[in-house]
Amino acid sequence: MAPQAITLGPVPAATPGPSPSGRLRGAAEAVLIPLGALVVAMLLFGLFILLIGKSPLEVYGFIYKGGFSTSFAWQNTLARAAPLILTALCVALPAQAGLIIIGGEGALVLGGLASAVAGYQIGLSGASPAVVQVFMALAAMVAGGAWIAIGGALRHFRGVNETISSLLLTYIALALFNHFVEGPLRDPASLNKPSTMPIGEANMVGMLPDLDVHWGLVYGVVFCVIAFVLVRYSTPGFALRIVGGNVRAARLVGLPVGVLLIGSCVLGGAAAGLAGMAEVAAVHGAANASLIAGYGYAGILVAFIARHNPLAIIPVAILLGGINASGGMLQRRLDLPDATVLVLQGIAFMTILASETLYGRFRLFQSGPQK
Amino acid sequence: MTLLPGAIPPPHGALEVQMVGITKRFGAFTALDDVSLHVRPGSFHALLGENGAGKSTLVKCLVGYHPPDQGQILVGGREHDIRTPHDAHALGVGMVYQHFTLVPSMTVAENLVMARDAVPGIIRWREERERLHAFLKTVPFKLELDAPVSSLAAGEKQKVEIVKLLYLQRRFMILDEPTSVLTPQEANEMLGMLRDMVREGRISVLVITHKFREVMAFADRVSVLRRGRLAGEGEVADLDPERLAEMMIGRREAGATPTRRIAGNGKGDVKLAIRGLTVNDDAGMKAVDVERLEVHGGEIVGIAGVSGNGQRQLVEALVGQRPREGGEVHVHGEPFAARRSEMRRHRVFALPEEPLRNACVPGLSVAENMALRRFDRAPLSRGSWVNWGTLRREAVRLIGEYQVKTRGPLAPIRTLSGGNVQRAVLARELSEEVSVLIVANPVFGLDFAAVADIHDRILAARDRGAAVLLVSEDLDELLELSDRIVVMFDGHLVHETPIDAVDTGVIGRAMAGHVSASAH
Repeated sequence: MAPQAITLGPVPAATPGPSPSGRLRGAAEAVLIPLGALVVAMLLFGLFILLIGKSPLEVYGFIYKGGFSTSFAWQNTLARAAPLILTALCVALPAQAGLIIIGGEGALVLGGLASAVAGYQIGLSGASPAVVQVFMALAAMVAGGAWIAIGGALRHFRGVNETISSLLLTYIALALFNHFVEGPLRDPASLNKPSTMPIGEANMVGMLPDLDVHWGLVYGVVFCVIAFVLVRYSTPGFALRIVGGNVRAARLVGLPVGVLLIGSCVLGGAAAGLAGMAEVAAVHGAANASLIAGYGYAGILVAFIARHNPLAIIPVAILLGGINASGGMLQRRLDLPDATVLVLQGIAFMTILASETLYGRFRLFQSGPQK
Repeated sequence: MTLLPGAIPPPHGALEVQMVGITKRFGAFTALDDVSLHVRPGSFHALLGENGAGKSTLVKCLVGYHPPDQGQILVGGREHDIRTPHDAHALGVGMVYQHFTLVPSMTVAENLVMARDAVPGIIRWREERERLHAFLKTVPFKLELDAPVSSLAAGEKQKVEIVKLLYLQRRFMILDEPTSVLTPQEANEMLGMLRDMVREGRISVLVITHKFREVMAFADRVSVLRRGRLAGEGEVADLDPERLAEMMIGRREAGATPTRRIAGNGKGDVKLAIRGLTVNDDAGMKAVDVERLEVHGGEIVGIAGVSGNGQRQLVEALVGQRPREGGEVHVHGEPFAARRSEMRRHRVFALPEEPLRNACVPGLSVAENMALRRFDRAPLSRGSWVNWGTLRREAVRLIGEYQVKTRGPLAPIRTLSGGNVQRAVLARELSEEVSVLIVANPVFGLDFAAVADIHDRILAARDRGAAVLLVSEDLDELLELSDRIVVMFDGHLVHETPIDAVDTGVIGRAMAGHVSASAH
């Protein structure tokens, strides 16, 4: 197997157009391989459950129950999926340009912080809630975009590995966040849980009609659809895929590689920042330590399972959200530690990465005779 | 030291090696065709040839990396079947590679002990050191045993490599372009010491090189390879660089280049002009220093040179794949920084070497790859949106016109054969009006049909008035296509000649770094 077998970058999106059987086989491969990897992950996780003396079937039953059985469970799941969709985009968009960015957590908390500050300050001026929310979203996207752009710029101008730098930048972001929340920006009234000044009940983003799920889910879905259309059908999206597929060829045809690389980071960071804004504006009402919930890291897993396809992110995020949502039930009913679902996520991540080597290896998925 | 069963090691001193009728094929490609080589015991033998002439393949047959398909190898007067490097080592044949095989973080002493054929499980360092010291007294090299290898200069590392082979009791030493990483002083010192040991009868040496100076100054005998065949051999004392150059690149009567096509239509305007261009290699060393080069419309300027003399970096800097350190490039009299808008305005196109690596996105389809130049312009796009239908129809048209063999426009381009990848790139780069065309090794590794086709298309572009800069390691290709030939050596353009006045001897010497004042 050639060394480039493990490509962590995106699957180059196939040209839209006919050759129906070929496309069908390609699509089948793109769905069945990750699905197979997930099944393997479930088997391995089952072994783990057996080892600690519980029944795997029972555990999977409760995961289904806690995540997907009732409308209450679904609401819980969707609420958790909303930030995952956006943080997954923070991985998937730079991945189109061949970058592996794993710093979504940092962009999320800084986006949340920026939006909390913007919400409070603009709220003071007496602007209408809609205006406040728009500015909160803008502030969050600017902060998140700028943060991830640092990683892209370090890579482009200084050759620093963007995976490492974005990960390390996250720690800086968390430190900055804690410094401001517990220091200069702290609301004196927040005693036990240091928080920024509340944006005010009136400025909060509400729930979706008839659902106990906030609007953050809609932000995520809209962002995914826009990202998909841009990557697939726009000329900058095509340029981005050229850069991601072979940067030497991109330079040969004179594409502005730096602009595209850093631009994809800005867009991805903006998505993660928006996730922070949604958490502040729809859930917490202010920026505090509750923002640091690991959504940025879980988003990495979502993006990889979705193979960086923006549309596939949506169902994968819902699946992961459901597994997360069932953690509490596993704890209550089976007396399993809260972290059990993290074990499942970790195993799934490893099997998904391992399955990357399988693409193009099954004759079933190959259309026509190979050269 | 373990010995092959049945092998009788000649007791001590320099080994004799004879290779008789060696033939080696890789698939349909014949790398070596009936080559014979005789290195007498206690001689300093040079193996000379251009890149791809088969020098490395020949010695790899000798050291067991790929055994020959036909022919015999005699070591110390007896025939041996050398299948693995281990077999070669057991016979006392060792090789110093172009790239160092030392562990940088370990000291010289550790590296030497490590390299032994049988390292004991527990190393008694005191004994080892005593043995090393005693051994070092017998060699003309001075080494600091406790210095970490990473702190040594390239010349010193090379010495450690040689000492290592002596320590391992190799008595036939092969050196693959040993001086390519050395300063001239280091090279002289090292080759001089090797020659002294040869004179003492301790070792025989076979040096792969393309530097005439080293052959003339140090070698006793020389064998010259050209395109996998033995092009000549003899005592160095009976030869001169001119004769060597002739053997290396073949003898051609002045002006008699029978395969040459009609010359370019004379001089058009200067389309591509380079002034004082400097470019660094990946390690940050200056690789290109081109004072002045101009290419006119309707002519092909060929850049000749042994690979590794800055041609690759020059091409990369021109097409935008490598930053420039200094100097200017003008196209049509305007500064050219290889931006997309400039390429489009001035109609600059390129056929880089290794097209799949340099000019294509392997995972994208043939259709998408064919659109890399034009996807953001009408009719392939409307505003900011790619028009996939038109893009695909364009690709189908080009696939037919350029006879690209593919399963279809949507097949990933990496599934195509090398010749068809190059045809797809040609279709993209030559289907529009071309003003400036930059070409590097366009037919490397392709079959004859593809070669002729691609050459025809490059000539056709020139005949339509394009200024073509052609970089190639194949001098025959340059002689066939170019209207003017420039030789690049060590990053500089050292020799220039119109095609009608070509003297291949002069070109060969310029390629090897010998520029006579009369060359200009």
